[in-house]
Amino acid sequence: MADTEKNGAVVDGTKTILLVGVGGQGTILAGKLLATVAAEAGLDVKVSEIHGMSQRGGSVSTVIRLGEHVSTMVCDDGCADVVVAFEAVEALRAQHYLAADGRMFVNDEQITPVSVNIGTFSMPERVDERLREMGAHLLDAGVIARGLGSPRSTNVVLVGALSTALPFDAELWREAVRSCVPAATVDANLAAFDAGRDAALRGAAR
Amino acid sequence: MDKNLMSGNEAIAQGAWEAGVAVGVGYPGTPSTETLEALVRKDDVYCEWSPNEKVAFEVGLGAAIAGARSLVTMKHVGVNVAADPFMAAASTGVNAGLVLLAADDPSCYSSQNEQDSRFYAAFGRIPCLDVADSQDCYEMTRAAFELSERFDTPVMLHETMRIAHTRTLVATSGAREAVAPRDYTDDIPKYVMMPANAVKRRLVVDERQAELEAYAETCPFNKVERRSEKIGVICAGAVYQHVREALPDASTFKLGLAWPLPARALADFAASVDACYVVEEASDYFSSRVRALGIELAEPPAAPLPVAGELKPELIRAAFGIAQPAHLAPATDLPPRPPAFCPGCPHRLVFCELRRLKAIVTGDIGCYTLGAVAPYGACHTVIDMGASLSMAHGMELAGATERTGRPVVGVIGDSTFAHSGITSMLGTIYNGGTGTLCILDNRTTAMTGTQGNPVNGVTLTDSSHKIGPLDNPTGKALDLLALCRAMGVEDVVEVDAQDLQAVRSALKAATSATDRLSVIVFKAPCRLIDRSRGKQPTIRDCRACGQCIKIGCPALGRAKDGTAAIDPTQCIGCDQCVQSCPFGCITKE
Repeated sequence: MADTEKNGAVVDGTKTILLVGVGGQGTILAGKLLATVAAEAGLDVKVSEIHGMSQRGGSVSTVIRLGEHVSTMVCDDGCADVVVAFEAVEALRAQHYLAADGRMFVNDEQITPVSVNIGTFSMPERVDERLREMGAHLLDAGVIARGLGSPRSTNVVLVGALSTALPFDAELWREAVRSCVPAATVDANLAAFDAGRDAALRGAAR
Repeated sequence: MDKNLMSGNEAIAQGAWEAGVAVGVGYPGTPSTETLEALVRKDDVYCEWSPNEKVAFEVGLGAAIAGARSLVTMKHVGVNVAADPFMAAASTGVNAGLVLLAADDPSCYSSQNEQDSRFYAAFGRIPCLDVADSQDCYEMTRAAFELSERFDTPVMLHETMRIAHTRTLVATSGAREAVAPRDYTDDIPKYVMMPANAVKRRLVVDERQAELEAYAETCPFNKVERRSEKIGVICAGAVYQHVREALPDASTFKLGLAWPLPARALADFAASVDACYVVEEASDYFSSRVRALGIELAEPPAAPLPVAGELKPELIRAAFGIAQPAHLAPATDLPPRPPAFCPGCPHRLVFCELRRLKAIVTGDIGCYTLGAVAPYGACHTVIDMGASLSMAHGMELAGATERTGRPVVGVIGDSTFAHSGITSMLGTIYNGGTGTLCILDNRTTAMTGTQGNPVNGVTLTDSSHKIGPLDNPTGKALDLLALCRAMGVEDVVEVDAQDLQAVRSALKAATSATDRLSVIVFKAPCRLIDRSRGKQPTIRDCRACGQCIKIGCPALGRAKDGTAAIDPTQCIGCDQCVQSCPFGCITKE
């Protein structure tokens, strides 16, 4: 079915994208970027965020759903077409949301929760192997962002990776970055976006 | 018409502004908080935070009676606090439009319970609009002001967390309605709720109910969508969206008006389908009322719907016996990651010392509720705003200290103290109570996103101009020490919450003095408003005793050999671990 909208992207049914991480990692900005792109492409979109207590270093998630007409704003088990994890343990925590043919991008870093620091729990075993077994694409998003001199743009590196899994033009994403981040950080964030996109494309070619 | 992505709360602010709202007032509470934060940024509307929801509702009612359209915002448990004026206002009516936003939190993402505020609307017999996306929020807020004036009643706008915090596309007019203030005229029989007037107003409410029930039958926000004749679902709010996802072929009756219910329209809908269901979350609000109308409801064929917690499409599919998509099982070997005190949080050392004292701690609502979790376990009750101080007095009356040998300490934050703690403390002082009360003054209302409050003097207008609490607030800052002394507390001290020795000795002195009430104001700014960073400490000759780990700093972990290690990406150089090392191994030299 052809789409006549100016920036239109053809999306087959409703897509569900789940962003997971640890409070303070910037999942909310990442969700805003994706939603802006989808809206600019003429799609219906819903972005559901968790505010309040979990933001104090707890597990957080943002759900973005886009398509011709979006109903629910939550993500059920097996319904995430794409999962973007800002932290590797949180990727495992979200594994049951991943659709059978879904894709997962993971920032290959682990943040030790207080429950492990104080010795009550341990970190899980074989994290990277387990993620690879489920087909996840592991990226060093934090390393890439720090290499660009902007460690706080790790989230936008991941958005760059996510952009390769969705049918929107790269320039539409770059325009969203320009409109959503503070003016002083536009260049750094555009570089982060491109680096994340390149890393994901390189990984796909391997 | 352009569409913009707006959260439910932003859309409510937009709708209120376009409806000519003149006054916005509330108390911060997830998930309602962003509504006034969005409204205050608009032109020609005055907004303020109140000390609590009762005050907020009364301010809004006063403004409405004086002729200004007013929006009052709060979370569901705030409605409990505002219930007294709310019930009276249901009798008096309003003059200009008065809309109460009640924001519920099914599954308690950031709350102490998951009560359903719509019961209050039914209790007070005021109209209740129920929103299902941001477009609803925008349109129904505008309509709420008209309904309020047409029926001379406060109107409740009911949302849940999923609506408040989901951004959806909204088409707005962008134009503000020119609403002149309504004339104020004295009307003692209407606004003075003494017995002789109140009994007559009761009859007015009865008449209004009949008019509202007639209106409900044609209310444009009740929407019937006919699909399959086999299944019909009565639903509202976020649940409507989940029903559309899980049961796309079902006919739906979306109730935009949750009180009063349209009895005839619902009966017609139920009769038009083979099986009629109510699907709702964490409540029997609709099902009990629809059944009371004499309408027969079917039970889901495969399993009952959950009675508690937020609903999701998969739970509806399970109830209706619909297959779920294939998926991996949840991982079972993961360490929990609950919220924790931030690195450098000024609450941390206080709870470390309360743990050391083995105190029975009556806690309160705020970030410091996290004093209850590992590694502290030093907060033993959290009930509602202000309960810490009054419950400490109750524990004293029960002889808790004598019977357990443990001191009782009430712990409350600055904003919560202003909200409801002052009257709690007054009760103890008035009745000659003793014990120890701690006010954790972190200079902000941290949990809901660093709002201003009466203790720091930062107004809602200040924060819209990005004035931080430590700058130069335009509001009057409450002097906690002077207040305590004026109320009759002789033993009151201010202590730097970041100074471990000072925290320790203050708590020791206060809990040892059993013949009087001691108040300690632990003062240090929240790290969300004071973003300054110190030099990261270094660890040398660590003996792996684990004392520093026990302070529960997210930036402190153990290396493989058991010695302490600092995570440089999280450390802000606050000194808490430096002070906690018994051997002086952590230094900034």
